[in-house]
Amino acid sequence: MFALKRRTRGEAVFDGINVLLMLVICFVTIYPVWYVLVNSLNSGQDAMRGGIYWLPRVFTLDNYAAVVDNPGIVTAMGITVAKTLVGTVLHVFFTAMVAYAFSRRELIGRNLYMILGTVTMIFNGGLIPTFLLIRDLQLLDNFFVYIIPAMFSFFDLIIFVSFFRELPQGLEEAAKIDGANDLVLFLRVVIPVSLPVVATIALFHGVWQWNDYFAGVIYITQNTELQPIQTFLYRVVAQNDTSQMVTAAAGGITKSVTSNSVKMATMVVTTLPIVLAYPFLQRYFVKGLMIGSIKG
Amino acid sequence: MDARAEALEAQRTQARTRRGGAAGWARKLLAQRYLQAMALLGVAWMLVFNYIPMYGLIIAFKEYNIIKSVGEAPWVGLTHFREFFSDEQLPGVIRNTIGISLLKLIVGFPLPILFALFLNELRSVRFKKAVQTISYLPHFLSWVILGGILTTWLSDVGVINKFLQALGLIRDPVDYLASPGYFWTIVVSSDIWKELGWSAIIYLAAMASVSPEMYEAATIDGAGRFQKMQYVTLPGIAGTISILFILAVSGLLNSNFDQIFVMRNALNDSTSNVIDIFVYQTGISQSRYSYATAVGLIKSVITLGLLLGANGILKRMNQSTLF
Repeated sequence: MFALKRRTRGEAVFDGINVLLMLVICFVTIYPVWYVLVNSLNSGQDAMRGGIYWLPRVFTLDNYAAVVDNPGIVTAMGITVAKTLVGTVLHVFFTAMVAYAFSRRELIGRNLYMILGTVTMIFNGGLIPTFLLIRDLQLLDNFFVYIIPAMFSFFDLIIFVSFFRELPQGLEEAAKIDGANDLVLFLRVVIPVSLPVVATIALFHGVWQWNDYFAGVIYITQNTELQPIQTFLYRVVAQNDTSQMVTAAAGGITKSVTSNSVKMATMVVTTLPIVLAYPFLQRYFVKGLMIGSIKG
Repeated sequence: MDARAEALEAQRTQARTRRGGAAGWARKLLAQRYLQAMALLGVAWMLVFNYIPMYGLIIAFKEYNIIKSVGEAPWVGLTHFREFFSDEQLPGVIRNTIGISLLKLIVGFPLPILFALFLNELRSVRFKKAVQTISYLPHFLSWVILGGILTTWLSDVGVINKFLQALGLIRDPVDYLASPGYFWTIVVSSDIWKELGWSAIIYLAAMASVSPEMYEAATIDGAGRFQKMQYVTLPGIAGTISILFILAVSGLLNSNFDQIFVMRNALNDSTSNVIDIFVYQTGISQSRYSYATAVGLIKSVITLGLLLGANGILKRMNQSTLF
């Protein structure tokens, strides 16, 4: 009876407007990113005349050459890659390990541990006491300030725990009979079968590590060699400190490069890895977000 | 072993542990030594990185300086709190914090729900997927990058001015980030732009679990598209909305530090100075550790109150809550 779904006129109008609305939202979302890309591929001198909106007018790769030529940018990029890789691996491994222990019902003191963790989710010491702690731990101007304070998250632990709880009991029992202790069990059995949740947390934390600029602003006080690319960009963008960019522009490859055009190219280089990676990881994070928000 | 023997064995073990007391407990602890080591590493991390800073909060009641340790610093009671309440910056800081957050709550909270509702009505699955993929792209860009885009766009020679001039809406260009009057609008709309698609994911997921039979029943009853959205979809995701609302309310004093820190400057200070910025400025830039800690503590306590308050109210309304 209902098999014949014919759209009424009102419905057709609704669908039309809806599709149009979505197209507008997509355009508004994408265009600013496109604008940066187009300007990064255009000669800086020429761009100063304005009017570069859709396509490059004077196409050039000089801006990217200037980025690669600037030792400050290259160092900062290296720090970002290093902190993202090391930080993500350690965060996922450490948080998962603690979560595995917390997920086992027979763990003595489990309730106390969980209460300790839950408190940290709703209350914390705030900016200044945390800063003083980091200072007292000698982590200022130290690469490990990106890694150790970010190694663990109770929120992520809850996501891991709810996943580990769903694992079949028989899996663990079989390994135990074979003489595995809990650490071996975790490394050889639990981690390999938990790849979906591991990938989700790795993606979330990896994006956070890649994008975080604040640790570089507050904890890197002297040694600018240790600042990540986002902090480098922050100083250029918010503090309008283009001196580092201008050196690239002045001593750079050609005269066509300006600090603004190098800024655009740096922004593209900084964002590209994430934009390239995220379509592949989509199926993971939608699932991860579900677990995270509902159990949170 | 059959079931009866198993039950008997379990009973015996239980009796042993009860009788054994300390010995049984120690044996159990020894058996799970690896497990305990794994757990305690996490507990130790939390004690250092979460609980020491909580202990550090006592410097809000002390006169702390670099030379003395937290323990040695002299007590000064509520001096710093009193100082904050008579600080001439206080009215501005409160107004900016609450103003930005309320705007985000009023405009930024319902929009993702609306977006999800309309996205859910798209007939083509492929188009829907494509819109989704595009809409959450900005979530993955850092505020530094977005700050870079915004400072370029909003400057007096930027895209926004060119566009408005071309339309004839304005004659002289405006430097938006240098004009305090525009700051709140810029912060709220750019935040919506960044998070609209991402926030909608969770609602879309909730909508996917609304039973199709409900829609069929509504169709038979003669409900139109809007009526189905109103009477089937919305009630279906009410629990999710409720939980996210509690989180949004408890975040009222968190005016998104990362974002404002990137976009603020000396010229828009009168509308961009929020609590978190104020704490950073006094604490880190001016090294007034005790004072900044006191201000941060006031914020944390109010935030906790908002969380518990919102949770309590929604609980009374029989909605889904956090606890």
